[in-house]
Amino acid sequence: MTKQKFDAVVVGAGMSGNAAAYTMASRGLKVLQLERGEYPGSKNVQGAILYANMLETIIPDFRDDAPLERHLIEQRFWLMDDTSHTGVHYRSDDFNEPTPNRYTIIRAQFDRWFSRRVREAGATVLCETTATELVLDGRGKVIGVRTDRSGDIIHAEVVVLAEGVNGLLGTRAGFRKVPKPEAVALAVKEMHFLPEEIIAERFGLTGDQGCVIEAAGTISRGMVGLGFLYTNKESVSLGIGCLVSDFAATMERPYTLLDSFKDHPSIRPLLAGSEIKEYAAHLIPEGGYRAIPQLFGNGWVVVGDAGQLNNAVHREGSNLAMTSGRIAGEAISIIKSQGRSMAPENLSLYKAMLDKSFVVKDLKKYKDMPALLHMNSRNYFMTYPQLLSKAAQNFVRVDGTPKTEKEKATTAAFVKARSRWGLFSDAVRFALAWR
Amino acid sequence: MRAPFARIEDRLYQNRYLVDAGRPHIRVRPHQSPSANLLALTRICPAKCYQVNENGQVEITVDGCMECGTCRILCEANGDIDWSYPRGGFGVLFKFG
Repeated sequence: MTKQKFDAVVVGAGMSGNAAAYTMASRGLKVLQLERGEYPGSKNVQGAILYANMLETIIPDFRDDAPLERHLIEQRFWLMDDTSHTGVHYRSDDFNEPTPNRYTIIRAQFDRWFSRRVREAGATVLCETTATELVLDGRGKVIGVRTDRSGDIIHAEVVVLAEGVNGLLGTRAGFRKVPKPEAVALAVKEMHFLPEEIIAERFGLTGDQGCVIEAAGTISRGMVGLGFLYTNKESVSLGIGCLVSDFAATMERPYTLLDSFKDHPSIRPLLAGSEIKEYAAHLIPEGGYRAIPQLFGNGWVVVGDAGQLNNAVHREGSNLAMTSGRIAGEAISIIKSQGRSMAPENLSLYKAMLDKSFVVKDLKKYKDMPALLHMNSRNYFMTYPQLLSKAAQNFVRVDGTPKTEKEKATTAAFVKARSRWGLFSDAVRFALAWR
Repeated sequence: MRAPFARIEDRLYQNRYLVDAGRPHIRVRPHQSPSANLLALTRICPAKCYQVNENGQVEITVDGCMECGTCRILCEANGDIDWSYPRGGFGVLFKFG
């Protein structure tokens, strides 16, 4: 194998790597994909929600045999304080459609399926193989990779770095820096197993309908963070993530945070009687547009989490990964078909195509959000959720206090916590970052 | 009465690992006293791989590592640790992920 030269070597078999390998192999390129896990998916961690549209673009008939858990019909956004949640729920029968828009998935199973499709498209997939370094020629062009399998170089015209948030090859070669602690979140997650009918009953679901909860507030103890609960067929994925910089500053234990979230009076009844079968941890790129590194160079491109392509505001990551992998694969196939080299001036096509897609456009829209949340984390994740809870309770509790006095008390609480100018500038800054 | 919280060891016991005995993929460089970030790892490593020994130095046992990379983000650049992935096939093997 090592004697041959490949058109492309793809490092990693996650969403972006599989999309890139599939795209190139199905266009006739000779592709080798390297995966360090026992099987594709065994090292991959996600919530996980699959966005159908982006996979459909790559594999139109994926619904025929992909392992999908539930299609989502309800999304709950919760702001939590220690004893309550204030929620916005969106549930619609429109989501019960012939080709649903979003599904929950279990990555270890889904990635195995995706990898099978990659192999069927003609790529060679080599598991239990950790790529250890990029090999450059005298002029700085990447000509292949070395792995821990043998000392030999695997030669390729182009290397697709789909190596995830912790990718070593690109950073070791100096193509990009290791992410900063404020540009990544550490998320911990547990798989809670429950009978299918219990899940259906607790969340008001029938058949393969699903519900997800995204929660923020005092559960992150003032850190920039989010909790989540996703319903799978016979399990519930439950997790919480906060910025690594905040963890380092507060010294909070991630699993204690997860235990407190599980024990919250709004969450506890949803998990009652569950059996935990796995505990996982993973980093999520949160730096947004300003943290995107150089995405292409002489004989290489970077896709997915390795390129910080994650929309933290909308909790979208795998679809950006998949789309960047597909676009990189398309760009490489075009360059190859034109008989041109994998030089940076040609591979810039990948970046140009990516800039025109939703991937970069969405990240650009929220370019100021990470810094804003980081600067004001206590306000957005502690003070406001607590104020909102008090306001909501004040609104619904009937105790003989005249309504005008209740409203005055609510307004006074907001002003006392943040001052009029503070409230105004928080709102303006948030609106500007959202715009 | 709230249920007692699971110990980290019990939690990790749920996971599948193939330990590469004698070849840890992360090493703490010898030090007199740990840096603030290295000390933070004794609390924020989600697998509790880092612990302080009786001399006040931080040690690592990688057997329960979930390969998240938090320690790499905080302690690779300053030289506190050497960080790699395990050899192919070794380390954590997620059943669900």
